[in-house]
Amino acid sequence: MKQFIIFVQKEFYHIFRDRKSLLIIILMPIVQIILFGFALTNEIKDSSIAILDNSKDVATADIARRLEASRYFNIAQNLNAQSDIKRAFKTGKIRLVVVFEPGFREALLHHHHAQVQLIADAADPNTATTVTNYATNIIRDYQSDLNVLVSTPYMITPQIRMLYNPQLKGAYNFVPGVMAMILILISAMMTSVAIVREKEINTMEVLLVSPLKPLLFILSKAIPYIFLSLVNVTTILIVSVTLLEVPINGSLLLLMGEALLFIVTAVSLGLMISNVTDSQQTALMISLMGLLLPTLLLGGFMFPIESMPKPLQIVSNAVPSKWFFIIVKNVMIKGLGFKMVWKETLVLFGMALFFLAISLSKFKTRLA
Amino acid sequence: MNQLLFLLEKEFRQVFRNPAILRSVLIMPFIQLLVFPFAANYEVKNVLLSIVDLDHSSYSQKFISKITSSGYFILTDYSPSYNKAMGAIESDHADLIIEIPRGFEKRLVKENKGSMLLAVNAVNGTKANLGGAYAASIIRDFSQEIQMEWMVFPAFNAIPAIEITSSNWYNPTMNYKDFMVPGILVTLLTMIGTFLSSLNIVHEKEIGTIEQINVSPIRKSTFILGKLIPFWIMGLVTLTIGLLVSRLFYHIVPIGNVGLIYLFAMVFLLALLGVGLLISTYSETQTQATFVGFFVMMVFMLLGGLYTSIDSMPEWAKWITKINPVAYFIEVMRMIVLKGSGFADIKYQLLSVLGLAVFFNSWAILSYRKRS
Repeated sequence: MKQFIIFVQKEFYHIFRDRKSLLIIILMPIVQIILFGFALTNEIKDSSIAILDNSKDVATADIARRLEASRYFNIAQNLNAQSDIKRAFKTGKIRLVVVFEPGFREALLHHHHAQVQLIADAADPNTATTVTNYATNIIRDYQSDLNVLVSTPYMITPQIRMLYNPQLKGAYNFVPGVMAMILILISAMMTSVAIVREKEINTMEVLLVSPLKPLLFILSKAIPYIFLSLVNVTTILIVSVTLLEVPINGSLLLLMGEALLFIVTAVSLGLMISNVTDSQQTALMISLMGLLLPTLLLGGFMFPIESMPKPLQIVSNAVPSKWFFIIVKNVMIKGLGFKMVWKETLVLFGMALFFLAISLSKFKTRLA
Repeated sequence: MNQLLFLLEKEFRQVFRNPAILRSVLIMPFIQLLVFPFAANYEVKNVLLSIVDLDHSSYSQKFISKITSSGYFILTDYSPSYNKAMGAIESDHADLIIEIPRGFEKRLVKENKGSMLLAVNAVNGTKANLGGAYAASIIRDFSQEIQMEWMVFPAFNAIPAIEITSSNWYNPTMNYKDFMVPGILVTLLTMIGTFLSSLNIVHEKEIGTIEQINVSPIRKSTFILGKLIPFWIMGLVTLTIGLLVSRLFYHIVPIGNVGLIYLFAMVFLLALLGVGLLISTYSETQTQATFVGFFVMMVFMLLGGLYTSIDSMPEWAKWITKINPVAYFIEVMRMIVLKGSGFADIKYQLLSVLGLAVFFNSWAILSYRKRS
């Protein structure tokens, strides 16, 4: 036991003496969570649109004013001819062109039928659908205001209630997601070099001739990094609550406990990588390149997993951050208890055991 | 010149002897480009719906059959009460609750109006927005149908109506892959560019071979060039593989000029490698370089406009995207590939990235010291 403590102490010395790295590891998550928490949102607003007004009358001016006044649009360009539309899209920024037919107001008042054409830049399908929807609603509103004198019977009005996130803030979704991503990458990356570095600078031999058992040796490598990651979790949570105003609706104790489990899983993954590689460069490359895109794309917070093809849905189960993301969302945002997350917890636990078992079985007590 | 050639020879030997680098330049992009576009899909098709029908009338039945046959929703359960339905939301078995109140039909017939409650799980904004909008438009259609059924319209319709037609240009089938594949390709180039180059100089520092170069008569700029060119070429190789994969597997043929993509990529890679070298000159160990490289890469990628739209970002974040070469390249890539934009359309972006390239590389050369 005493040997073990000394080994842990040695690892802490390694970490604390490399001030620059320590600073990077502590500060980076804070900057990232602030940056991404504020900047990332799936909401669509302030889209640039162009108007091709072939009528130029009071009605079209009124609709244009309503579009501009909404938070979704700002009118960046007024076009003069049909042929300008292509030009506007090709230079990139315009998401939607609204085309009014000639004699719009006349048609509306006298024939009770006027036409508006909405042309969306569907290179980005999601934005195209959303901006078309928003513009349609604004024009419909204009129309029903015109009709205010004529009552429309049999109207069913939906009352919409946005649960958990009434302001539809992007941070409610992205904070748990970015948190899962940062934690797994940082924990796995810093741990993945832990053992391989000793191999590379030839200090491994010294450690191997010590009487410490392999399991304890691996644990002594893991503990300092688990500690550091816990510091990161704490700072991330403080920043989310104070700056980003994302509440912790559930039990803080449960949240921290789950975070600890997730960190242990990530650190075990790092140790596994460290055990099977033989240079720091390879270890870092595997942990960064191998983890970054899968975590980003299959972690569930960027793209809905249920829209993916079946095989990818199955693969996504192997991504640890997916499970942690579900847990954090449930506990932190929805305020649910352990009863609702025990399955996810069990999966993470199983993963941690699996990674540790592999590290242990691949651990060689002799150098080649 | 001769010195540069020798340096290049040395760098290339190192690269070819390191299978890990080759693998990450040649094979990894290939696999990632084959797999990830299938994952990167914002399309919301299966909104899970839980219905609380407290009315049990013929109208509520009609409405339910209308909404379930719309194709956007999957009816997961009929809950006897709102609280039960909340349970389904909590366990993620439902995204949306529609509650039809007691006396819905009666009120509709007697008072000519009705209401419904739509409760959306808004943790995921996209799903909440789209699901809510789909449901609201179905409710609108439904009430119009009832109007048709009940109202006797005068021969002459006195209500002014605006007909809205919409069309989707450049991607009429709304295929997500057309949109994501070019963007993911840029992401891969970014990873290779920043990551490999940021590890490069610091690796020589760590194993001590930098000393040999420092005592040689090689000039700083030659040294940096020698480090830069091999990765620059590898980046272009990756781009070529990527373009081939998107053509063969996704049938994405750029509408614009492919030469223009290469021209932009050349300048883009210069800027990116400059960032990598800059990180490398400031770091002491490979771990530090990786961490800083990771940080920069995340900022470049997540604030690059591939995953979430730049339009919606706060003002200060939009400023960050102005010094982000990735944001420019993703924009240009989509413009050339999907819209067929020409040189004149992208020259602002090209000049901006050129400016960034000059800036980062001169900084890297200036900050590199031959003494430690």
